[in-house]
Amino acid sequence: MLRTALRNVLAHKARLIMTALAVLLGVAFVSGTLVFADTTANAFRNASAQSLKGVAVSVRAEDATATDTAAPDTATGPEGTSATALDAALARKIRALPGVASVRPTVHGWATLAGKDGRPVNADTNGQNLATNYQPGKDGRDSHYPIKEGRGPAAAGELALDAGSAAKAGYRIGDMVRFATDGPALTKKLVGIVTTDDPQVTAGGTLTLFDTGTAQKLFHHSGQFDEIAVAARPGADEYALADQVQALLPKEGARATSGAELAAEQSAQIAKNTGYLTKTLLVFAGIALFVGVFLIANTFTMLIAQRSREIALLRAVGASRRQVLRSVLIEAGLLGLVASLGGFALGLGIATAMRPLLNSTGARLPDGPLVVTPAAPLASLAVGVVITVLAAWLPSRRAAKIAPVAALSSVDQAPPARALKVRNVLGTLLTGAGVLVMLYVSMLKGTNESNLMAAMLGGVLTLGGVIVLAPLLSRPLIALAGKVTTRFFGVSGKLAKENALRNPRRTAATASALMIGLALITGLTVGAHSAQDAMAKEATQGLTADYKVNYNTVRGLDADAADKIAQVPGVAAAAPVTTAQLDAHGEYAVITGTDPNAFGKVAQLDFRAGSLHDIGPGRIAVSDEFAERAGLQLGATLDAGMGGAMDGGKAVKRKLTVVGIYAKTRAVDDALGTRADVLPYSVAKQFDNLLVKAEPGKAAGLERKIRAALGDSPLLKVRTQEQLVKDNNEKVTTVLSMMYGLLGMAVVIAILGVVNTLAMSVFERTREIGMLRAIGLDRSGIRQMVRLESVVISLFGAVLGIGTGIFLAWAAGGLTATSMHEYETVLPWDRLGSFLGLALMIGVLAAIWPARRAARLNMLRSIQAS
Amino acid sequence: MPQHATAATGLRAPSVAARATGLTKVYGEDETRVVALDSVTVEFGRGRFTAIMGPSGSGKSTLMHCMAGLDTISAGSARIGDTELSGLKDRQLTRLRREKIGFVFQSFNLLPTLDALENITLPLDIVGRKPDQEWLELIVGTVGLTGRLRHRPSQLSGGQQQRVAVARALAGRPEIIFADEPTGNLDSRSGAEVLGFLRDSVRELGQTVVMVTHDPVAASYADRVVFLADGRVTDELSAPTPETVLDRMRLFDAKGRTS
Repeated sequence: MLRTALRNVLAHKARLIMTALAVLLGVAFVSGTLVFADTTANAFRNASAQSLKGVAVSVRAEDATATDTAAPDTATGPEGTSATALDAALARKIRALPGVASVRPTVHGWATLAGKDGRPVNADTNGQNLATNYQPGKDGRDSHYPIKEGRGPAAAGELALDAGSAAKAGYRIGDMVRFATDGPALTKKLVGIVTTDDPQVTAGGTLTLFDTGTAQKLFHHSGQFDEIAVAARPGADEYALADQVQALLPKEGARATSGAELAAEQSAQIAKNTGYLTKTLLVFAGIALFVGVFLIANTFTMLIAQRSREIALLRAVGASRRQVLRSVLIEAGLLGLVASLGGFALGLGIATAMRPLLNSTGARLPDGPLVVTPAAPLASLAVGVVITVLAAWLPSRRAAKIAPVAALSSVDQAPPARALKVRNVLGTLLTGAGVLVMLYVSMLKGTNESNLMAAMLGGVLTLGGVIVLAPLLSRPLIALAGKVTTRFFGVSGKLAKENALRNPRRTAATASALMIGLALITGLTVGAHSAQDAMAKEATQGLTADYKVNYNTVRGLDADAADKIAQVPGVAAAAPVTTAQLDAHGEYAVITGTDPNAFGKVAQLDFRAGSLHDIGPGRIAVSDEFAERAGLQLGATLDAGMGGAMDGGKAVKRKLTVVGIYAKTRAVDDALGTRADVLPYSVAKQFDNLLVKAEPGKAAGLERKIRAALGDSPLLKVRTQEQLVKDNNEKVTTVLSMMYGLLGMAVVIAILGVVNTLAMSVFERTREIGMLRAIGLDRSGIRQMVRLESVVISLFGAVLGIGTGIFLAWAAGGLTATSMHEYETVLPWDRLGSFLGLALMIGVLAAIWPARRAARLNMLRSIQAS
Repeated sequence: MPQHATAATGLRAPSVAARATGLTKVYGEDETRVVALDSVTVEFGRGRFTAIMGPSGSGKSTLMHCMAGLDTISAGSARIGDTELSGLKDRQLTRLRREKIGFVFQSFNLLPTLDALENITLPLDIVGRKPDQEWLELIVGTVGLTGRLRHRPSQLSGGQQQRVAVARALAGRPEIIFADEPTGNLDSRSGAEVLGFLRDSVRELGQTVVMVTHDPVAASYADRVVFLADGRVTDELSAPTPETVLDRMRLFDAKGRTS
């Protein structure tokens, strides 16, 4: 039977090529992901090993207890600035331990550079812009950061950069470098250029070095550190040393970990992080493989139908059902194996290309050699073979059922079309259940796990149901399409429709493959479009400001920022905005603090009662929604709890009078008060942002003046409403593009499926085509017929997919309501239209080769073909 | 199309519907060269039912294929009415077949996706012509398919399928109908029916039919039998009966063996 199977594979090479390609692509995706995961994990581990080289014990400050609430300047200090339990005295004590060779106390922070041309460098991913202290050893140099040019920073006014960052920002030794650590711009002189192999920096970040005192001042209190790395004398035991060091530490706020333990911790963290990425990628690989299943099943169904006489003959001469079954499965297995081998080879290419691709979308993956563990090829081959055999299993059972007597029948008979009744009932039940679950999901709010699970279940049920129902749906939908094709293309169009309807299972399987990809793409597109729409509303609704000014960090703007901007020529109004929590007798709300007069010029408020000008000290306005919720009326006095809960502190009681009620809008929160009433209770005691209105006709170019007025920090953002919307859209667009890319593989396999189905159909209908040619249908008519069948099948898949996708997106959209208040399903008609256009194009493209083959068939031989 | 009218009335019955002059068909080159037709000259009378007979390999099917524009001609000439086939491009041949020729094949004549009526009108649909209802009813009645027009081929017997095929060949009132072993796959009763209809279409409807067969009984339905052997016309017979046809064939067989 193995020989029969092998012969069959070889004999049907051409007909199996699309199937093999589908398996190959699916496996390539899987193996690419696996190899990429191993490679990335290895690169991360190397980077971690590099950073831990020579570290016997690491002492780290722990965040939770690090904040020294007693220190008066913490509250107003820059973000990330906190006191730690590690100081120079502790370092000295550790250094004095017998097993210790040296200690390296470090300070970590972030610094974003302004280029020499003033433009910020890498400001959008400022978490990648590292800053730390340069620690010269006895020779005056820091072995961690070899000097390439100049010298290490040694005074408060100096800094060093790594070579890449210096080149990117355009600075040379002696230049004054402008940068910002969290907010305002600072300037220091560039005295040295160093080299580094820090993975964050090689992945596109920057590195800025200060002398220890300066770094401490910028990021901490004097004399304090984030980490003390301890190097051991030869022969000292790391774990014992770690215990000794731990004994020297204060009870809270610091922890000593041995280098080995730290390496293990980091390794586990890396495995977890890359595992998440791998899982996501494998989900998409799984979708691609699943789509491939339809193609494989179609191919084997057709092969078996064509070979039924041959199989019957085998049975007649004594082969058992089991042997026939096994023969087909072995054939599938061989095909799967060969295709998987090719797939693995292609997967290596994918793995190599994945890092630059992901990094271009903002991932920060370190560079490293390609790592192929034995598990990757084994798993890939297993997946390829198992999927192929599983997909061929149902058709092969049908093969085993062929009666020996079929060998004797003189006429070719199409296998009797089995009733679709059971299938339709099952499909209706599945779709019904899916739709019910999704309707339930549409009433849920919030993206907690159980809601997501429900949405996932509903989505899978609905998609699965539609797939099972597709043969039933194919009849009315394709008949409808057939009306159009018949009208415009005459007999070719009519025959195309009839051919597409001829085998509903095959048509449905082919279209389903396309449907899956398009349903997911449509769902994501509708969701993303609706989210962008909601974010645009949230960002700009009710705003009349020309510019929004804020820092690209958690840090807010200083109290005098509004005054500085107000003095810029061309500025009509600058309203500072701060927020605090407000507790109105148990009803929690957020209150915006601003300058009411200026605010009236930057936002559109629709007052139902009172007015903006009534707001003053102790007098606030509330939204109609909040008024109703808290039972507040004009003139009501409330004993409000201000601030507190958000940062764990206590709320302060304040007496406030309601002097205005406005229609709820995104431009302000639930309540509006003066800056003086709100600022003291805000978390950072700073302004979140500033809204600027230009004098008529002066808006253009005002950005530069505003920047200059605030010191032109590279972290400062001065954006128009369009830019706000664009910035929001960009994030969504990036994710969406990535999803398109990942789902692209599933669509490509679906296209192969269409090609496969058409090629097989042309092969099966050789005699019909010959006959049509004889009675006068010309070559172009034959081509048109195949092309239209392809288009009809593709459009059928697209309509199912787009319809299902829209429904799923609509039903699941409500889950985002808690994070996006303005979310409502908005259909991007242009996109949906282009998806239909894409399906049309897929249909035309997929038909090129089969249509050519059909048109070139030798007429006489076709008529006489058996 | 005036020729249809004249064919139907049979006024030009003695004229020639198709003619081969020195028709030669060669397959392959050099060592694999096979001469299938060796300078065949033959005429097929308008409004006549002609059978082409001969043993397998005699070239009878090739002659039909060349005359019907299904295959190209190596040398000589083949004419359908006034149209010379040699030198026509694929597109022109397709047009010729579509407009002037009807076909009945041995098997697989019908599209399984179309019902009987749609199959019958298929050649007209390809041209985009509206069927002549009167004529359509006449031929459907003649071949006895009334009441089965909405059946799909799979719901019809082999004989009924061939009758649909005959009706289809007649539907466009072609200049000439070529039938290639039309009863090859049928039992003798169904075969007799189909042959009867072909004969009726000639006698009653004035059509021209050329049929390739190796069955003396089938050939006996024709007005005239042309015998082919080794790519040459060897003999012909008018008003054949199964016996006279069989006798001639025996004669060839004997000749073939002695030579």
